[in-house]
Amino acid sequence: MTASSKTPADLPLDGVRVLDFAQFLAGPYAAMRLADLGADVIKVERPKGGDLCRSLAVNDQWLDGDSLLFHSINRNKRSFAADLKNPEDLERVKALIATADVMIHNFRPGVMERIGLGHEVVAGLNPGLVYAAVSGYGTSGPWREKPGQDLLAQSLSGITWLQGNAADGPVPVGFALLDIATAQNLVQGILAALLRRGRTGKGGLLEVDLMSSGMDLQFEQLTCFFNGDKRQPARSEISNANVYGAAPYGIYATRDGHLAVAMTPLARLAELFDLPALRAFDQSEALKRANEIKPLLQARIAEKTTADWLAVLEPTDVWCAEILDWPALADSAGFAALDILQTIRNAAGSETVMVKSPMRFDGQRPASARGAPALGADTETILNELGLG
Amino acid sequence: MTQGHQPLDGLLVVDLSQFLAGPYASLRLQDMGARVIKIERPDGGDLTRNLYFSDTVIDGESTVFHAINRGKESLALDLKDPTDCARLKTLIGQADVVLQNFRPGVIERLGFDYATLSAQNPGLVYGSVSGYGPDSPWRDKPGQDLLAQARSGVMWLNGSADDGPVPFGLAVADMMAGAALAQGVLAALVGQGRTGRGAHVETSLLEAMLDLQFEVLATHMNDGGRPPQRSSFRSAHPALPAPYGVYPTQDGFLAVAMMPIRQLAEVLDLDALLPFADDTRSWFRKRDEIKSILAAHLAQAPTAHWLSLLEPHGIWVAQVHDWPELLSNPAFTHLDMVQKVRDAMGAEMRLIRAPIRINGERGRSTRAAPEIGRDNAKLIAEFGL
Repeated sequence: MTASSKTPADLPLDGVRVLDFAQFLAGPYAAMRLADLGADVIKVERPKGGDLCRSLAVNDQWLDGDSLLFHSINRNKRSFAADLKNPEDLERVKALIATADVMIHNFRPGVMERIGLGHEVVAGLNPGLVYAAVSGYGTSGPWREKPGQDLLAQSLSGITWLQGNAADGPVPVGFALLDIATAQNLVQGILAALLRRGRTGKGGLLEVDLMSSGMDLQFEQLTCFFNGDKRQPARSEISNANVYGAAPYGIYATRDGHLAVAMTPLARLAELFDLPALRAFDQSEALKRANEIKPLLQARIAEKTTADWLAVLEPTDVWCAEILDWPALADSAGFAALDILQTIRNAAGSETVMVKSPMRFDGQRPASARGAPALGADTETILNELGLG
Repeated sequence: MTQGHQPLDGLLVVDLSQFLAGPYASLRLQDMGARVIKIERPDGGDLTRNLYFSDTVIDGESTVFHAINRGKESLALDLKDPTDCARLKTLIGQADVVLQNFRPGVIERLGFDYATLSAQNPGLVYGSVSGYGPDSPWRDKPGQDLLAQARSGVMWLNGSADDGPVPFGLAVADMMAGAALAQGVLAALVGQGRTGRGAHVETSLLEAMLDLQFEVLATHMNDGGRPPQRSSFRSAHPALPAPYGVYPTQDGFLAVAMMPIRQLAEVLDLDALLPFADDTRSWFRKRDEIKSILAAHLAQAPTAHWLSLLEPHGIWVAQVHDWPELLSNPAFTHLDMVQKVRDAMGAEMRLIRAPIRINGERGRSTRAAPEIGRDNAKLIAEFGL
C-alpha cells in the first residue's frame, strides 16, 4: 500500500485492491469512493491517452495536461498503463487481476468478453473477485447499444418532467445526476458482495446501469404514479418542487432573494404569513388546488425580504430556508463546520481544491492528500510488486 | 429470493430512523438480504406513515411509506418506558447495525448513542444521518430535503439563466445521504470482518449534496470562485459547451449531449453551424448563439425523424420521455424494475425494485411494509426481549 501518510491506517477498506478499468464518471467515481475508504485503487488505462476523461474539460479548465474534471474524479488512485489488445500486456493485467479483490469496468456490453476479460474467464483466474460492470441501460434489451450518457439517460428516464413549472418544457438536472447515482449503487453492491465473500469465499458479478438508477431515484414518485391513475402528473404553475407535493412545498421569490417552504399546514401558513385568504382552502385541497394557493403565498412573500421572513418563521419551527448560491454557502458557518474541503497537490506541484468524502468514521472524515495519477505513473512499481518488473 | 445467497444474508439491522434518508439506507440493505427491524413509536410510528405526497393511499397509509419500508419488520417500542428501553438494549446486543436520525443530542439523552452501545457491543456498526452534521451551527435546523437543497447551492444549477433557483422534483438530498450512509455502513462491516471492531458512520444531507455537486464544485473552486453561469437558452449543465441541452421538436423534445459542432453541422446539413465548426472555444463562449440555430432547425421536424437521422451516425441524442412514454417502451419492460407487493390486508401495489443486480439477479422481496408493531410478539420471543 502506498497510501499517503495522512491516511489513517485503519480505514475500513484497508488492504482491499480495486482495479478501475472504467472511464468518464460513474465507474471512476465509485472507485474514488472506495479509495476514500482505504482501498488501493489502480486505474488500468490505455497507454495512448488513458481515460478519455483526461481530455474532457468542462469550463475549459486544465491542470498539468489533464482536465480538472479528471483530477476531481481520480484522486488517490494509481495508474497502470496497458494495451489490452497486446497479448503481453493482457497477461500482465491478468496477473494483476489475480491479486485484486474488485474490478470495475464500463465498456459497452460484449467488449470485455471479446478482449478475454469477461466475467466467466476472470472468475476462473480469481474466484473471490467481485466483478462490477456499469452500463447505460443493462447488458441486454433494446437499448443496450445506446450511448450511456447522463443527459440522454435523464431524458429517457422521465426525470426531466419533474423540475421546473407547468409551462416549462422538460427541465434536466444541471449536472451528471445519473452517473453519480449509479456510482452510489455500484459502491453499495461492491461492498455487499465483499461481505458475502467474507462469509462464503466466493466473488460474484455485480451490474448497475444509469436507467435503473434513474428509476430508483424516482421511486417515491413512481410508486404514486403506478398505484394511482398512471397519468403523467402536472407540475404546479409556479413554485413546483415535487409533482406530488401539496402547497406550499416549493420556492418563492422574496423582495431580495428566494425562500424555500416545505410541508406546512395551510392554517399555520395563514396565521404566520398573516394571509387570511388561505383560510378558504381546506387542508385536503392543498395538492389539488396548489395553483390557487401558491400564487396567494407568492404575492405575500414578495412583500418582504428573506431576512424579514426568516425572522418571523424560524423561531416558530416552520420548515423554511434561505436559498443560497455557492458563494453564500461557502461563506456560511454551516459550511465551515463541515470541514469538507481539501487541497490536493499533484506530482507536478499544482494544487486543486476538492470536496472530501461525505461520510465520517468515528468522527474522522477520510481524506488522502494524494492527487490523480499521471497516465501510467505507477506501472513500473506495480509490475515490480507482481514480480513482473 | 434464494435464501442463503443474498449478499447480506444473516445481517441484522435495527433501524431507529424515520422519514427517508435512514429508511432508504435500510431499504437498500434489505434489498441485498439484510433483516431490518424498524423501531417505531407505538402511537403513530414513523411520521412518513402519515405523509401524503399524492392522494394515493394504500390501507390508510401513504404510498410513499410503503415504497420506503417494504420487506421490513416493525417493533413498536416507547423509548420513554424503561421496560421497552431494556428490550431495545437486548435486541441491539444481538444486532450488527444500528441506524438513527434523531436531531443531534437526542439519542444521547435516550441512552442509545454510539459510545454507550459500542461499550457493550464493540463490533457494532452504528450509522447516524443528520441534516447538517453533528457539530454544525445549523444542527437545530430541520433536516428536510427541500431546505437542505436550498442551502446547498444546487438550485442554481437546474434551469436556464433567467430562471430563479430550480429545485429538484425529487428528494435528492435524502436519497444521496441514505446512499452515503449505506456505503459507510457496508464499508465499516467489511472493516469489522478484518479487525472485529465496529465504527460510527456519520453523514448528513448537506454533505451528501456537496458530494453530489463534487464535479461542478471542483470547477467552481478552482476557477477563482466564479459563480456557475447557466446557459440563457436550454441549459442542461452550467459548465458544458453547446450543443448540450434539451430542444423542442415539432412534436416533442430531443436531448443532445456533447458532440463536435462540425459533425452536427454535417449530419444535419446545417450550414449556419459551419462558422463554429472548428472553433472549439466558441462552443462554450457562443453557446447560446449555437444552441439557438440548432433549436430553430430541430423544431421543424418530429422527434422520430431526428432520431432516425442522427442515431445511425453515432450522434448522442435521445427522445425526452414522460412516464407514460417510458413505461410503454419495451426497453423499460426489459429492465424488470417493477415488482408487485401485497400487504397484510391484501392490498396489492407496484413498487420500483433495487437498481443493483448481483450474479444477474435483482433483489426481490415480495413482503410489503409492516403495520406498526406487527412483529412485536414474534420478535420479543425470538430475541428474548
